[in-house]
Amino acid sequence: MKRLAKWRLISIFAILTLILSGCGEPFLSALKPAGEVADMQYDLMKLSTFIMVGVILVVVIIFVTVFIRFRRKDDTIPKQVEGSHKLEIIWTVIPILLLLILAVPTVAATFKLADVDQMDKKNTKALVINVRSHLYWWDFEYPNQKIVTSQELVVPTDEKVYFNLKSLDVKHSFWIPAVGGKMDTNTDNENKFWLEFDAKRANEAGNLFYGKCAELCGPSHALMDFKVKAMSRDDFDTWVKSMQNVKEAQKANTDLAAEGQEIFNNSCIGCHAVTPSNQMPDTARQAPNLTNFGDRSRVAGILDHNKEELKNWIRDPEKYKPGNMMTNKYPEMSEDQLDALAEYLMGLKVQQ
Amino acid sequence: MSTYAQKKGFGATVWDFLTTVDHKKIAILYLLAGGIFFVVGGLEAVFIRIQLAVPNNDFVSAGAFNEIITMHGTTMIFLAAMPILFGFMNAVMPLQIGARDVAFPFLNALGFWLFFFGGVFLNLSWFLGGAPDAGWTSYASLAIHSKGHGIDFYVLGLQISGLGTLIGGINFLATIINMRAPGMTYMRMPLFTWTTFVASALILFAFPPLTVGLVLMMFDRMFGSNFFVVANGGNTVIWEHLFWIFGHPEVYILVLPAFGIFSEIFSTFSRKRLFGYSSMVFATVLIGFLGFMVWAHHMFTTGLGPVANAIFAVATMAIGVPTGIKIFNWLFTMWGGSVKFTAPMHWAFAFIPSFIMGGVTGVMLAAAAADYQYHDTYFVVAHFHYVIVGGVVFSIFAGTTYWWPKIFGTMLNETLGKITFWLFFIGFHMTFFIQHFLGLWGMPRRVFTYLPGQGFDTANMISSIGALFMSLGVIALLINVVVTSVKNVKVGDDPWGDGRTLEWSISSPPPFYNFKQLPLVRGLDAFWIEKMEGKKGMIPAEPLGDIHMPNASFLPFIMAMGLFIAAFGALYHGEHSWSILVIIIGLLVTFGAMFVRSVKDDHGFHIHKEELMDDNDKGVKA
Amino acid sequence: MHAEEKLTYETWPAEPEKSTLEAKNKFLGFWLFLGGETVLFASLFATYLALKDKVPNPGEAALAKDLFELPLTFVATMLLLTSSLTSVYAMYQMKNFQFKKMMLWLGITVLLGLGFLGLEVYEFNHYVHEYHHTFTSSAFGSAFYTLVGFHGGHVTFGLAWILTLMIRNAKRGLNLYNAPKFYVASLYWHFIDVVWVFIFTVVYLMGMVG
Repeated sequence: MKRLAKWRLISIFAILTLILSGCGEPFLSALKPAGEVADMQYDLMKLSTFIMVGVILVVVIIFVTVFIRFRRKDDTIPKQVEGSHKLEIIWTVIPILLLLILAVPTVAATFKLADVDQMDKKNTKALVINVRSHLYWWDFEYPNQKIVTSQELVVPTDEKVYFNLKSLDVKHSFWIPAVGGKMDTNTDNENKFWLEFDAKRANEAGNLFYGKCAELCGPSHALMDFKVKAMSRDDFDTWVKSMQNVKEAQKANTDLAAEGQEIFNNSCIGCHAVTPSNQMPDTARQAPNLTNFGDRSRVAGILDHNKEELKNWIRDPEKYKPGNMMTNKYPEMSEDQLDALAEYLMGLKVQQ
Repeated sequence: MSTYAQKKGFGATVWDFLTTVDHKKIAILYLLAGGIFFVVGGLEAVFIRIQLAVPNNDFVSAGAFNEIITMHGTTMIFLAAMPILFGFMNAVMPLQIGARDVAFPFLNALGFWLFFFGGVFLNLSWFLGGAPDAGWTSYASLAIHSKGHGIDFYVLGLQISGLGTLIGGINFLATIINMRAPGMTYMRMPLFTWTTFVASALILFAFPPLTVGLVLMMFDRMFGSNFFVVANGGNTVIWEHLFWIFGHPEVYILVLPAFGIFSEIFSTFSRKRLFGYSSMVFATVLIGFLGFMVWAHHMFTTGLGPVANAIFAVATMAIGVPTGIKIFNWLFTMWGGSVKFTAPMHWAFAFIPSFIMGGVTGVMLAAAAADYQYHDTYFVVAHFHYVIVGGVVFSIFAGTTYWWPKIFGTMLNETLGKITFWLFFIGFHMTFFIQHFLGLWGMPRRVFTYLPGQGFDTANMISSIGALFMSLGVIALLINVVVTSVKNVKVGDDPWGDGRTLEWSISSPPPFYNFKQLPLVRGLDAFWIEKMEGKKGMIPAEPLGDIHMPNASFLPFIMAMGLFIAAFGALYHGEHSWSILVIIIGLLVTFGAMFVRSVKDDHGFHIHKEELMDDNDKGVKA
Repeated sequence: MHAEEKLTYETWPAEPEKSTLEAKNKFLGFWLFLGGETVLFASLFATYLALKDKVPNPGEAALAKDLFELPLTFVATMLLLTSSLTSVYAMYQMKNFQFKKMMLWLGITVLLGLGFLGLEVYEFNHYVHEYHHTFTSSAFGSAFYTLVGFHGGHVTFGLAWILTLMIRNAKRGLNLYNAPKFYVASLYWHFIDVVWVFIFTVVYLMGMVG
């Protein structure tokens, strides 16, 4: 008996360590919620898991008993039982009750998560962001602030942020696992939902959340990542100001960068904007806005943010994101040209 | 009649199978074709797991990966799981209700050939410019956007094979309603027959929406219409609705027959009648009914609004209740029984914990607000593999070992069967359990690779190793089949010794007319009742008389082939000038064969009493 | 009772369409098939309703209220409804073992059906040429022609089927082998008629209202 108890203790510890270590990365995991939405969803997960573990335990007990007690030992014919009304009522009614316990908070949460009244009010103070998904990149427009950025979403913490979601080519799905469940970007209509980023836990996650596309959208579906920078409201306001201050393309501050800017103006600016104002309709924004490219943490959403990777990307985007829309849209670049371009692009910063 | 001939040349055997309308031979065709597609789909699964074993892998390219996942899903659902279950239904259901054949033997053959040609057409895509690559759900915006002919193969192939499935479903329904032996009331039907019945009804109502969806997509891709072209007023959400109105019942089309197979096995090897038979029947019907009320839970993140999401969430949870009833009834069938752990019983026994896992995650997924996190992640991948592998594939293995002696007259090796079980069982849990966590940790599904540094590496490696074990399990089964067939030790009517239902009351394999005299059914588990009263066989319900049998026909093959030809025309429509001609030729072949079928009288033939008495003397041959 | 046996008015059963096992199966199987067809048309109706008046260039393209005219569709509806009635008469005669009369009523049914098809062809032609409302012009056009065209296809198939049966059995008269065939074909014809009633209501009447 004692040995059995010891084993139990050990196995409980083993399970605990597995659970503690098994929650994934704080910047990415739905099991490390970092906001109101993710919290609600995590609570529902826990509730449903507890109920279900209870059900599993009951089944396992009967299952093991059957296995041990009712193996065939001799050739006798067991009593042919038709059934038992009492038992059948029990295992009909109890599951119904359990499901009701789960259904009530589910319905409540579903309605709460769909509550976007704030964003539709006139002169709303709430922050609204228009998300436009394209084949393998994300466009973020702040309509009230009149700025556009891409690939890296910048949000203030501790307040509700509202999203308008739409796709401009095929269907994608907008997902920031640690902050809340996803919403599809349809091609037909605009979907709306909200998220909230918790300051303290964002800080623990390094203030940079990973975002993903969750709907199969073509070869590079797996690589359609984006990042979310969470910052305090004050920092956010400062960021908005400095973005708004970029009225025309930033001047290059070295000779090499100036050379890069010229190449950029000749070959890239047709698709990539370097000013954040949203004069153009969303359909006209054909490629990521690069106003604050130098501030970002990834090249093309997936590669390390340095000049070498940037040059690799421009040299052969197809190698890194198969099926992307950039390949072959610009002339081939020499190594010198690539150096210049990288120098210029990395200098595009609005934050100090 | 050809079945009388004992030794036949290879050509004669092939011709026999090409023209057969005998449900038992069609069953073998279904099992064979479904088995081959199962291996193909399994290989695709192995490629997926190799590619995902380590981050940034380049075993296959991104485009090829999407083709592989699409074909894996499509093949496994439409071309492997369903046909194999159809094989069991064909082989066993008519015997279980004491019938000499199905209601429409000709249509039965037609259904098979349509499925077969549809499946071949779909798989030809690999050699003709690339397979479909928009996922087995083939969501419209991506499918319309997809280049090449992959999606066209999907759309056309599934229309053809779906037509075959629909015909099969109608056939089973009519058979069960009209062809039951005297005394075989509805509430005396074995549970496998019941689940066949309900699954067929689901097919009847679920496949037309899929067909409509496929036709609309075919029109869009090949004939210039605008159903899903948003710029011209189209709407892609229509596809999602049509697909899932089919797609959700499809899960029950697969899993209900699996429940039926396990019900037979539990009861047989516990030597006990099924606990709560009537509530099992009720639960089956209820699951089938609710199956049509829940499709939008696949679309919680599409933006249907909180009212729709809440309603569909609660409806989905409700399905948990009848499913729970079934689980407890199975457990209490074994409770107090005399349980013998044969190879089929291994699968059935292991099915309970495996399927429970799929069931509970199903309830978790039903909670709409939480589903926003699970949706389109590896959590969902884990969930539906627990349901479909833990439920359906386990039942296929179980049914194969259980009914092999009835279909082929020889027993599969029990030891090899148990080895198969352990390899597959361990591999299965190793592959899919960890995937629940991958999803929760933030890994979306259908990704061809993942970057390092996101905490996905170890879990993916474990999952891939599990796939290796599953493959070894399948190989063990194949070896078993070969070894058994070579040895070919003949067995008697009731080789397991514990048979309860009518199929075990006749020889293995049964004569082509099944029952010389239709049996009189006196209760549930008809054969068991007679055995318990010390009788060797069933009491006949009719005097020995002439038996009316249908003629073999090559027309089903031709009809299906016509559509196969026409599909090539449609595929290249607008690209080659000959395409219209090919469509016309193909349709002429099909409609011509239908015309011949219509105007040529076919009254079948009679086996005369005297021949049957001869048979009695010599012992029944097959 | 063998199906090909020659029967007389006296020996002809009350329900010839269900007098053998094969016939019973055919009867039941066909009803089941019609169940599936119902879902098929329901899906097409749902699609049509979702895409009704969905055009890329609203204001220019013709919408439902511009297209449909009551007189034409009313005549078409009457033709098809009457043909359903005449096929009932045909089956009445079949049950009474009146082969000639059955053939006569079936012949009238076919003529009415052809009239309906002719009107439909005229109608489609009219829309294409007068309104540039085509299968490829808009989602509305695609949905309209698919729904109504599917029905038209069913009418065509039904006509071909009934004609084939009539020609094949012209010299043989009625027996228990072909009686169920006639019966099932007439069942199909009724189904087509019922579907049309829904099309008339949902597409044309509701379309004209707006």
